[in-house]
Amino acid sequence: MIPIENYIALSAILFTIGVLGVLTRRNAIVIFMSVELMLNAGNLLFVAFAQQYEALSGQVFVFFVMTVAAAEVAVGLALIVAIFRARRTINIDEMSTLKG
Amino acid sequence: MDGNLITFYILGFVAVGAALGMLFSKNAVYSALFLIMNFAVVAVFYLMLGAPFIAMAQVTVYAGAIMVLFLFVIMLLGAEKLAGKDTLTWQKPFAWLLVVFFVFAGAYQLGMRGLTEAAITPFPSSEFGSPAAIGDILFNQYLLPFEVTSVLLLVAMIGAIVLTKDRKQ
Repeated sequence: MIPIENYIALSAILFTIGVLGVLTRRNAIVIFMSVELMLNAGNLLFVAFAQQYEALSGQVFVFFVMTVAAAEVAVGLALIVAIFRARRTINIDEMSTLKG
Repeated sequence: MDGNLITFYILGFVAVGAALGMLFSKNAVYSALFLIMNFAVVAVFYLMLGAPFIAMAQVTVYAGAIMVLFLFVIMLLGAEKLAGKDTLTWQKPFAWLLVVFFVFAGAYQLGMRGLTEAAITPFPSSEFGSPAAIGDILFNQYLLPFEVTSVLLLVAMIGAIVLTKDRKQ
Protein backbone atom coordinates (compact mmCIF):
# COMPACT_ATOMS: atom_id res chain seq x y z
CA MET A 1 0.00 0.00 0.00
CA ILE A 2 1.57 3.25 -1.13
CA PRO A 3 0.92 6.23 1.15
CA ILE A 4 -1.49 8.69 -0.42
CA GLU A 5 1.03 11.52 0.10
CA ASN A 6 3.08 10.07 -2.77
CA TYR A 7 0.15 10.31 -5.13
CA ILE A 8 -0.61 13.84 -3.98
CA ALA A 9 2.99 14.87 -4.64
CA LEU A 10 3.08 13.20 -8.06
CA SER A 11 -0.25 14.74 -9.02
CA ALA A 12 0.91 18.19 -7.87
CA ILE A 13 4.10 17.91 -9.95
CA LEU A 14 2.20 16.80 -13.06
CA PHE A 15 -0.34 19.60 -12.56
CA THR A 16 2.43 22.18 -12.19
CA ILE A 17 4.12 20.99 -15.37
CA GLY A 18 0.76 21.49 -17.08
CA VAL A 19 0.48 25.02 -15.70
CA LEU A 20 4.01 25.72 -16.88
CA GLY A 21 3.10 24.49 -20.34
CA VAL A 22 0.12 26.83 -20.52
CA LEU A 23 2.20 29.76 -19.27
CA THR A 24 5.33 29.35 -21.37
CA ARG A 25 4.42 27.63 -24.63
CA ARG A 26 3.04 29.68 -27.53
CA ASN A 27 1.70 26.88 -29.70
CA ALA A 28 -2.07 26.66 -29.14
CA ILE A 29 -2.09 22.88 -29.61
CA VAL A 30 0.66 22.35 -27.03
CA ILE A 31 -1.25 24.61 -24.63
CA PHE A 32 -4.25 22.37 -25.16
CA MET A 33 -2.17 19.29 -24.39
CA SER A 34 -0.97 20.95 -21.18
CA VAL A 35 -4.59 21.45 -20.14
CA GLU A 36 -5.15 17.74 -20.73
CA LEU A 37 -2.16 16.99 -18.51
CA MET A 38 -3.68 19.09 -15.72
CA LEU A 39 -7.02 17.29 -16.03
CA ASN A 40 -5.14 14.03 -15.87
CA ALA A 41 -3.33 15.03 -12.69
CA GLY A 42 -6.70 15.79 -11.12
CA ASN A 43 -8.03 12.41 -12.26
CA LEU A 44 -5.09 10.62 -10.67
CA LEU A 45 -5.88 12.25 -7.35
CA PHE A 46 -9.56 11.35 -7.68
CA VAL A 47 -8.68 7.68 -8.11
CA ALA A 48 -6.11 7.77 -5.30
CA PHE A 49 -8.62 9.18 -2.83
CA ALA A 50 -11.32 6.81 -4.10
CA GLN A 51 -9.08 3.95 -3.02
CA GLN A 52 -8.09 5.63 0.24
CA TYR A 53 -11.67 6.07 1.38
CA GLU A 54 -13.10 3.12 -0.55
CA ALA A 55 -15.59 5.43 -2.22
CA LEU A 56 -16.41 4.44 -5.76
CA SER A 57 -17.83 7.90 -6.50
CA GLY A 58 -14.28 9.13 -7.07
CA GLN A 59 -13.84 6.73 -9.96
CA VAL A 60 -17.21 7.69 -11.42
CA PHE A 61 -16.13 11.32 -11.32
CA VAL A 62 -13.01 10.45 -13.31
CA PHE A 63 -15.36 8.96 -15.89
CA PHE A 64 -17.23 12.27 -16.10
CA VAL A 65 -14.04 14.30 -16.26
CA MET A 66 -12.90 12.16 -19.19
CA THR A 67 -16.18 12.82 -21.00
CA VAL A 68 -15.90 16.55 -20.46
CA ALA A 69 -12.27 16.46 -21.59
CA ALA A 70 -13.26 14.66 -24.79
CA ALA A 71 -15.97 17.24 -25.51
CA GLU A 72 -13.55 20.05 -24.73
CA VAL A 73 -10.91 18.65 -27.07
CA ALA A 74 -13.41 18.26 -29.92
CA VAL A 75 -14.63 21.87 -29.65
CA GLY A 76 -11.17 23.27 -28.88
CA LEU A 77 -9.47 21.63 -31.82
CA ALA A 78 -12.32 22.76 -34.09
CA LEU A 79 -11.70 26.30 -32.83
CA ILE A 80 -7.98 25.95 -33.56
CA VAL A 81 -8.72 24.71 -37.09
CA ALA A 82 -11.11 27.64 -37.64
CA ILE A 83 -8.54 30.13 -36.33
CA PHE A 84 -5.84 28.59 -38.53
CA ARG A 85 -8.04 29.00 -41.58
CA ALA A 86 -8.66 32.66 -40.82
CA ARG A 87 -5.18 33.70 -39.61
CA ARG A 88 -2.81 31.10 -41.05
CA THR A 89 -1.16 30.69 -37.63
CA ILE A 90 -1.79 29.10 -34.26
CA ASN A 91 0.71 31.19 -32.35
CA ILE A 92 -1.38 32.69 -29.60
CA ASP A 93 0.82 35.81 -29.49
CA GLU A 94 -0.35 36.73 -32.98
CA MET A 95 -4.02 36.55 -32.00
CA SER A 96 -4.07 40.04 -30.55
CA THR A 97 -6.70 41.76 -32.65
CA LEU A 98 -8.67 42.83 -29.59
CA LYS A 99 -5.61 44.34 -27.92
CA GLY A 100 -5.99 48.10 -27.58
CA MET B 1 11.37 -0.24 0.98
CA ASP B 2 8.90 -2.66 -0.46
CA GLY B 3 8.37 -3.52 -4.09
CA ASN B 4 5.22 -1.48 -4.46
CA LEU B 5 6.99 1.70 -3.48
CA ILE B 6 9.92 1.02 -5.82
CA THR B 7 7.46 0.46 -8.68
CA PHE B 8 5.73 3.70 -7.76
CA TYR B 9 8.96 5.68 -7.87
CA ILE B 10 10.09 4.22 -11.19
CA LEU B 11 6.70 4.88 -12.79
CA GLY B 12 6.54 8.31 -11.18
CA PHE B 13 9.88 9.28 -12.69
CA VAL B 14 8.74 8.05 -16.10
CA ALA B 15 5.48 10.03 -15.78
CA VAL B 16 7.23 13.24 -14.75
CA GLY B 17 9.92 12.73 -17.39
CA ALA B 18 7.31 12.26 -20.11
CA ALA B 19 5.46 15.39 -18.94
CA LEU B 20 8.71 17.38 -19.02
CA GLY B 21 9.44 15.97 -22.46
CA MET B 22 6.06 17.25 -23.60
CA LEU B 23 6.86 20.64 -22.14
CA PHE B 24 10.29 21.00 -23.75
CA SER B 25 9.76 19.41 -27.18
CA LYS B 26 10.01 22.00 -29.91
CA ASN B 27 8.05 19.75 -32.25
CA ALA B 28 4.35 19.44 -31.39
CA VAL B 29 4.25 15.83 -32.67
CA TYR B 30 6.90 14.83 -30.12
CA SER B 31 4.91 16.65 -27.46
CA ALA B 32 1.84 14.59 -28.34
CA LEU B 33 3.80 11.33 -28.26
CA PHE B 34 5.30 12.19 -24.87
CA LEU B 35 1.81 12.94 -23.59
CA ILE B 36 0.60 9.53 -24.79
CA MET B 37 3.44 7.96 -22.80
CA ASN B 38 2.40 9.95 -19.74
CA PHE B 39 -1.22 8.83 -20.12
CA ALA B 40 -0.13 5.20 -20.43
CA VAL B 41 1.90 5.43 -17.22
CA VAL B 42 -1.03 7.06 -15.42
CA ALA B 43 -3.19 4.15 -16.62
CA VAL B 44 -0.74 1.80 -14.86
CA PHE B 45 -1.16 3.92 -11.72
CA TYR B 46 -4.92 3.43 -12.00
CA LEU B 47 -4.37 -0.32 -12.15
CA MET B 48 -2.22 -0.14 -9.02
CA LEU B 49 -4.99 1.86 -7.31
CA GLY B 50 -7.58 -0.81 -7.97
CA ALA B 51 -9.37 0.92 -10.83
CA PRO B 52 -9.10 -1.42 -13.85
CA PHE B 53 -12.13 0.04 -15.61
CA ILE B 54 -10.81 3.59 -15.37
CA ALA B 55 -7.40 2.38 -16.54
CA MET B 56 -8.88 0.85 -19.67
CA ALA B 57 -10.99 3.95 -20.29
CA GLN B 58 -7.83 6.03 -19.91
CA VAL B 59 -6.03 4.02 -22.58
CA THR B 60 -8.90 3.94 -25.05
CA VAL B 61 -10.33 7.43 -24.56
CA TYR B 62 -7.30 9.50 -23.62
CA ALA B 63 -4.28 7.78 -25.13
CA GLY B 64 -6.39 6.48 -28.00
CA ALA B 65 -9.14 8.77 -29.17
CA ILE B 66 -8.14 12.19 -27.80
CA MET B 67 -4.47 11.95 -28.73
CA VAL B 68 -5.27 10.64 -32.22
CA LEU B 69 -7.45 13.73 -32.62
CA PHE B 70 -4.54 15.91 -31.51
CA LEU B 71 -2.07 14.25 -33.89
CA PHE B 72 -4.62 14.45 -36.69
CA VAL B 73 -5.07 18.20 -36.22
CA ILE B 74 -1.32 18.81 -35.90
CA MET B 75 -0.69 17.01 -39.18
CA LEU B 76 -3.72 18.56 -40.88
CA LEU B 77 -2.50 22.06 -40.10
CA GLY B 78 1.18 21.24 -40.57
CA ALA B 79 1.74 23.03 -37.29
CA GLU B 80 4.57 20.95 -35.83
CA LYS B 81 6.78 23.97 -35.46
CA LEU B 82 5.91 27.57 -34.89
CA ALA B 83 7.38 30.20 -37.13
CA GLY B 84 8.40 33.49 -35.64
CA LYS B 85 10.32 34.39 -32.57
CA ASP B 86 9.43 33.83 -28.97
CA THR B 87 7.90 36.98 -27.55
CA LEU B 88 8.12 35.99 -23.91
CA THR B 89 11.06 37.57 -22.16
CA TRP B 90 10.95 37.94 -18.39
CA GLN B 91 7.74 35.94 -18.07
CA LYS B 92 9.42 32.57 -18.55
CA PRO B 93 11.87 32.72 -15.60
CA PHE B 94 9.07 34.22 -13.51
CA ALA B 95 6.78 31.29 -14.36
CA TRP B 96 9.53 28.85 -13.35
CA LEU B 97 10.05 30.72 -10.10
CA LEU B 98 6.34 30.52 -9.26
CA VAL B 99 6.24 26.83 -10.13
CA VAL B 100 9.22 25.98 -7.93
CA PHE B 101 7.65 28.00 -5.12
CA PHE B 102 4.35 26.18 -5.54
CA VAL B 103 5.93 22.73 -5.47
CA PHE B 104 8.00 23.54 -2.40
CA ALA B 105 5.04 25.09 -0.62
CA GLY B 106 3.01 21.97 -1.33
CA ALA B 107 5.82 19.67 -0.21
CA TYR B 108 6.23 21.70 2.97
CA GLN B 109 2.54 21.46 3.77
CA LEU B 110 2.55 17.72 3.15
CA GLY B 111 5.68 17.19 5.19
CA MET B 112 4.63 19.35 8.12
CA ARG B 113 1.00 18.46 8.42
CA GLY B 114 0.63 15.15 6.70
CA LEU B 115 -2.86 13.85 6.35
CA THR B 116 -5.30 12.49 8.84
CA GLU B 117 -5.06 8.75 8.57
CA ALA B 118 -8.34 7.28 7.48
CA ALA B 119 -9.20 3.67 8.01
CA ILE B 120 -7.08 2.12 5.29
CA THR B 121 -7.71 -1.31 3.97
CA PRO B 122 -4.46 -2.66 2.52
CA PHE B 123 -6.09 -4.20 -0.51
CA PRO B 124 -9.61 -3.33 -1.54
CA SER B 125 -11.82 -6.26 -2.39
CA SER B 126 -11.63 -7.49 -5.95
CA GLU B 127 -15.14 -6.17 -6.52
CA PHE B 128 -14.01 -2.59 -5.87
CA GLY B 129 -13.54 -0.71 -9.12
CA SER B 130 -14.66 -3.57 -11.32
CA PRO B 131 -16.74 -2.63 -14.37
CA ALA B 132 -19.81 -4.19 -12.73
CA ALA B 133 -19.42 -2.08 -9.59
CA ILE B 134 -18.81 1.09 -11.63
CA GLY B 135 -21.81 0.37 -13.84
CA ASP B 136 -23.98 -0.23 -10.80
CA ILE B 137 -23.16 3.11 -9.20
CA LEU B 138 -23.16 4.94 -12.56
CA PHE B 139 -26.63 3.83 -13.60
CA ASN B 140 -28.23 4.11 -10.19
CA GLN B 141 -26.72 6.91 -8.18
CA TYR B 142 -25.36 8.98 -11.07
CA LEU B 143 -27.99 8.36 -13.74
CA LEU B 144 -28.89 12.02 -14.32
CA PRO B 145 -25.26 13.24 -14.71
CA PHE B 146 -24.68 10.30 -17.05
CA GLU B 147 -27.57 11.38 -19.25
CA VAL B 148 -26.42 15.00 -19.13
CA THR B 149 -22.97 13.98 -20.42
CA SER B 150 -24.61 12.40 -23.45
CA VAL B 151 -26.23 15.77 -24.23
CA LEU B 152 -22.85 17.43 -23.65
CA LEU B 153 -21.17 15.12 -26.16
CA LEU B 154 -23.92 15.81 -28.70
CA VAL B 155 -23.44 19.56 -28.23
CA ALA B 156 -19.68 19.17 -28.63
CA MET B 157 -20.16 17.17 -31.83
CA ILE B 158 -22.52 19.76 -33.33
CA GLY B 159 -20.19 22.55 -32.20
CA ALA B 160 -17.19 20.94 -33.87
CA ILE B 161 -19.10 20.49 -37.13
CA VAL B 162 -20.43 24.07 -37.12
CA LEU B 163 -17.04 25.57 -36.26
CA THR B 164 -15.16 23.77 -39.02
CA LYS B 165 -17.81 24.13 -41.70
CA ASP B 166 -16.73 25.94 -44.84
CA ARG B 167 -18.54 29.28 -44.93
CA LYS B 168 -18.42 29.73 -48.71
CA GLN B 169 -20.86 26.97 -49.56
